[in-house]
Amino acid sequence: MAFIEIEHLEKTYTSKSGDTEALKDVNFTIEKGEIFGVIGLSGAGKSTLVRCVNLLEKPSAGRVVIDGEDMLSLSERELRLKRRDIGMIFQHFNLLMQRTVLDNVCFPMEIAGMKKKEARVKALEYLEQVELADKAKAYPAQLSGGQKQRVAIARVLASRPRVLLCDEATSALDPQTTQSILQLLKHINEKYQITMIVITHEMRVVQQICDHVAVLEYGRIVESGRTKEVFDDPKTEAAKRLIYTHEYTELESEGSGI
Amino acid sequence: MTWDPEMTKMLVQGLWDTLYMVGFSTLFGYMLGLPLGVLLAVSDKDGIRPRRVLYRLLDFLVNILRSVPFLILLILVIPLTKLLVGKSYGSTATIVPLTIAAAPFIARMVESSLKEVDHGVIEAAQSMGAGTWTMIGKVLIGEARTSLLVGVTIALGTILGYSAMAGVVGGGGLGDIAIRYGYYRYETGVMIVTVVILVALVQILQALGMMLARLLDRRKA
Ligand SMILES: Nc1ncnc2c1ncn2[C@@H]1O[C@H](COP(=O)(O)OP(=O)(O)OP(=O)(O)O)[C@@H](O)[C@H]1O
Ligand SMILES: [Mg+2]
Repeated sequence: MAFIEIEHLEKTYTSKSGDTEALKDVNFTIEKGEIFGVIGLSGAGKSTLVRCVNLLEKPSAGRVVIDGEDMLSLSERELRLKRRDIGMIFQHFNLLMQRTVLDNVCFPMEIAGMKKKEARVKALEYLEQVELADKAKAYPAQLSGGQKQRVAIARVLASRPRVLLCDEATSALDPQTTQSILQLLKHINEKYQITMIVITHEMRVVQQICDHVAVLEYGRIVESGRTKEVFDDPKTEAAKRLIYTHEYTELESEGSGI
Repeated sequence: MTWDPEMTKMLVQGLWDTLYMVGFSTLFGYMLGLPLGVLLAVSDKDGIRPRRVLYRLLDFLVNILRSVPFLILLILVIPLTKLLVGKSYGSTATIVPLTIAAAPFIARMVESSLKEVDHGVIEAAQSMGAGTWTMIGKVLIGEARTSLLVGVTIALGTILGYSAMAGVVGGGGLGDIAIRYGYYRYETGVMIVTVVILVALVQILQALGMMLARLLDRRKA
């Protein structure tokens, strides 16, 4: 049995202006320790998909099974406990702005009921892993985007998750910073065997760290497979458009010598 | 007008009464208004625990209380004041209508402060498995603390204004003095002095509150 199983997942948003079918019969499985990428154009339903995994968004139908446990069968209390196993990082970092970097990393440990002193010692260790121990006393507003995302990663590590969800985690960063964050993610994936779902619209991100990739179009997975295979030989129009457009712009920017 | 030590003594007493009324009314106002404001923010449709009916009910209640003019409230609550304090005039008695006027106003300010908290941060905490109390205490109130403090400053100023109005019904404090001397006895000098003291008081409270809020704000580099 796979570590993460998504079966017949559906999500429809209902609002006054009409229904939006954001996800339609989405199926996939992820093995333990794997990095799974999801690509697609804006509005394809990528964020909705990843938010359905930790139930920040409640699916309209289907099953989300993590390590044999059906997420939708959990009580509210059980879900809160389970979520400590599933970390999440965001495009806009979402740090607590009124807390120091150190106290941000302490936060998940406070939630878990750890003693303050112990949490602080551990938090420093996690900050060392993301090479930000010297910023422990700083506030998020004093950090660069890349540094903020590192703090968010240290904070996520503090809850010792077995799954990590990344929703456009590098989209607000410049190419160089993106590289360092991707390396860090790859590193913690290997070190802790954390299974990851990486949502992105940047093909380069997928090529660099994802083992498997799924292409999402209008709420459906239209193509999926090993990253190399999908990138070398995309079968569907949607995949071709995403991948070739990317390569074209890539070549163009290299060619123009900027 | 003749200025004598008696007058100074009276003004000092008036200032003291005003501070006493405003201080306790704000305190009690927050004891009622803070939980009410939290409940409003949390139960609204975008809150962390949406409860439609509860929100509608509280929203309605707060609106009703806020739309009653203070002078009318002052008279309406006299039976309650007598029950709680034993009499309906004097500074202690005035704390009752002041608190009742302040609580819904404070609740609204608390509600709006908490609703300003970045939704992404709330979501991050939810993704970490934070419970409702952690969410309220550490995320909503913790992140909104600057705005909440500015709210306290506004509340103090507003309650000070109300307390002066309470002078009309013998509420005690500087407002009472201003009305008794200025309005009933045409001693404009005394009235001007009390007004100056009131203005100075608002200025000082405002400056202190803002300074504290700025000191506690870490959102800017
Ligand atoms: N809370 C919501 N209420 C109503 N509709 C929503 C909501 N969230 C998303 N949608 C709709 O669902 C669809 C998928 O949105 P989603 O945010 O998942 O796309 P995305 O692939 O993450 O896009 P982007 O790359 O721009 O982040 C869109 O049509 C969007 O308008
Ligand atoms: Mg998105």
